[in-house]
Amino acid sequence: MSDIQETKGMHALTIRLQDEMFALEATHVREILDPVPITRVPNAGDFVGGLINVRGSVVPLADLRVSFGMDRPPPDADTRIVVMEIDLDGEPLVAGILADKVYDVTDITAASIEDAPRVGMRWPAEFVRGIGRRDDDFVIIPDMNRIIRAEGDRSSSLAANERTDR
Amino acid sequence: MSDLDPAEVFRQEAADLIETLEQALLDLEKRPDDGELVGLAFRALHTLKGSGAMFGFTAVSEFIHEFETAFDRVRKGEAAADRRLIAAALEARDHVARLIDDPDVDPARGQAILAALKVAVSGEAPALGAPQPEPAAAVMAAAAGPSAGWRVRFRLPADALTLGTNPLLLLDELRALGPCDVLAEAAEVPTLDRLEPQQCYLAWDVTLRAAVPQEAVDDVFLFVRDDMDLLIEPLAAHGAQQPEQPDAATAAAAALAAAAGLLDEAVAVTPPAKADAVPAGHLPAGPARSSAVKVERNATLRVPAERLDELMDRVGELVIAQARLSQLAETIHDPALVNVAEEIERLTSSLRDTTMGTRMVPIGSLFGRFRRLVHDLSEELGKSINFVTEGEDTELDKTVIEQLADPLVHLIRNSIDHGIENPERRAETGKSATGTLRLSASHRGAEVAITVSDDGAGLNGERIRRRAEEAGLLLPGQAISEGELNRMIFQPGFSTAAQVTSLSGRGVGMDVVKRTIDGLRGSIDVDTRPGKGSTMTLRLPLTLAIIDGLLVRVGQDRYTIPLAAVEECLELPTGVDGDARGRSFLNLRGDLVPFLKLRQVFNTEGRPDPFQKVVVVASDTTRVGLVVDQIIGNNQTVIKQLSRLHSGLKTFSGATILGDGTVALILDVMNLVAFGQKLEERRRAETLGRAA
Repeated sequence: MSDIQETKGMHALTIRLQDEMFALEATHVREILDPVPITRVPNAGDFVGGLINVRGSVVPLADLRVSFGMDRPPPDADTRIVVMEIDLDGEPLVAGILADKVYDVTDITAASIEDAPRVGMRWPAEFVRGIGRRDDDFVIIPDMNRIIRAEGDRSSSLAANERTDR
Repeated sequence: MSDLDPAEVFRQEAADLIETLEQALLDLEKRPDDGELVGLAFRALHTLKGSGAMFGFTAVSEFIHEFETAFDRVRKGEAAADRRLIAAALEARDHVARLIDDPDVDPARGQAILAALKVAVSGEAPALGAPQPEPAAAVMAAAAGPSAGWRVRFRLPADALTLGTNPLLLLDELRALGPCDVLAEAAEVPTLDRLEPQQCYLAWDVTLRAAVPQEAVDDVFLFVRDDMDLLIEPLAAHGAQQPEQPDAATAAAAALAAAAGLLDEAVAVTPPAKADAVPAGHLPAGPARSSAVKVERNATLRVPAERLDELMDRVGELVIAQARLSQLAETIHDPALVNVAEEIERLTSSLRDTTMGTRMVPIGSLFGRFRRLVHDLSEELGKSINFVTEGEDTELDKTVIEQLADPLVHLIRNSIDHGIENPERRAETGKSATGTLRLSASHRGAEVAITVSDDGAGLNGERIRRRAEEAGLLLPGQAISEGELNRMIFQPGFSTAAQVTSLSGRGVGMDVVKRTIDGLRGSIDVDTRPGKGSTMTLRLPLTLAIIDGLLVRVGQDRYTIPLAAVEECLELPTGVDGDARGRSFLNLRGDLVPFLKLRQVFNTEGRPDPFQKVVVVASDTTRVGLVVDQIIGNNQTVIKQLSRLHSGLKTFSGATILGDGTVALILDVMNLVAFGQKLEERRRAETLGRAA
């Protein structure tokens, strides 16, 4: 799946996290919500520390800023939640992604996408699928599957440890 | 419905029929003289053959044809339904199931099974004063041999039409055998004011002029024979009556016409060959349609499971919307709105109960499957086992039942393989040679308890300890309570079987059982007495969809506790303060109950409310207090599973959506209690340590 997209370029929803632009696979985006009340999940870790109600279903809220080691200011007027359907080992997982701002939907041509440089990046290279170029800006294309798998595992084991410690 | 694959329809139907067949065969083993059972098995076979051919499962219908032929000897009383025959028939039943899954399955295998079946039915047949299962068959057996034809007289039961029997089809079938004279006897037709249009008042007298074997005639009535009057005689004996027939027919038709008062002359003087056309014209709507009007028996409906799931989801959404409405009505304080909100609440709650009711299935459907398992295992192991089931009508959510099948198979296998001793050993210990395996289900509050108990050797504590130490699950000599030692068998990779058999003892199984039951939010417990037997008890929630919950507040967050687990609520007495790590004990009418401060378990920020509340929850006999800031009240809780991202969290069993649209987590009482239990055991150990 990702191979095809990489050769054909990508239909992307661009969002801002801190002061970087990220590109999410637009075909996987279900909807974009204004901030809604978030239910804290104790002991779940910061990455998926919340649950939200999306039209009657309970959806985990993921904060990519945790994965990329960014600051996490409280929500403001620009904050949005991007609800995505992510294919995780063949099973669809619906998750909300917190965005500091949502820009627009754009096409990123294959030619302008480069592999993530192994060095010289501030964030974990395994979480970046590629760097695209849009006008004069760089766009980070995150590898959602890897992030969710890694962070999901980490928060689960974290919760498990915390439980047995008590 | 129109997009249903016909083959799939057949498979579903076949699955039911195969089960009927299997149950009949197993019952037959115990009551070999029961003609009803033979008939039941035979009808299941016959229907399978028919619909198999209709849906293009040729291999299936051909195989069943042979099976049927062999089994027919049992029906006619020429062979006894002994153990050997039942075993062969069960083999054949398995092969039918295989053929339905894969029509290309090795035909040689089928042949071998059929051969075995034939040997089994031919074996002792003549020597035995075989039981005559069906009186009609007995009459015919006496008159065996070809004749010039047959005189068939039959009367269907009055409700035959509403049950879907079409007499015209029976007559057509007879006519397919050869030329027939059909005569309708209308003597029983009442006057119009007393005529029930859906009742069958007619009888038929058919003269079949064809030298066919009597089985052929017999087969026509295969499905209706149990309730009908049927007389089949060789034709020669009644040759003298032939000339009377035209008169009788005309008289009958005339009588019918007079009774109905509606038929025109042309029908009244219908020649005898067409006499059957009279009742045909007289039938109000045809049996197929009339059966829809008045179906009282077996008024059940087959519905695809996903529709019920969908319905449940909709009801779930309705419950949430209703909660919002109630909350709104409370804030607005408009009496009219409050009225409507209460009405809706009442309706929603009863709709919820009804919908959940439709998903409830009696557990007997599951128990039935195990009879075969027990039968086969006891044969294979040479153990004699009396299998007793109790509480088959206990109802459980369909999803729960489906997932219970595998765990129960494991438990039953374990009981038979490891629990119940072989007859010699049982004799040595002074027990009856036949072991008893009891499978029972019963309601206990909001839970269903299912027990598998045997009167076998019981768990061997020493061997469990040895094995646990070998597997590194236990330190050598480590002190452990008896209950905990027995629970060791649920650890992954644990098996005490000295010998690995084909059935169990591979060390997978019990931990799988435990995992499945945990997944169903249930629990499993083991109780054993050496030499007397052991009992495994499964406790399961009634449903996985909607529960009654108690809403509480901890800091700013709200949580739901399943109401069924709540024993009581009280204020936390002043001065009983937990230690810094959130655990301590409460004196509840003399009992020490450990309590957990949820603020600390959940790392809640902010100051606690001045008067803390305790919700005492229980699972089985263990209790634990949960300290919260506020008890908000009851609510209907639609359980939503947590995503895989949160599957590692054991303190929550799911989430729900509250009236104001926010999400609240549902506490997993079982895990919290287990957590509290650990605390108590640690405290006991500490007290003991201090005393020593």
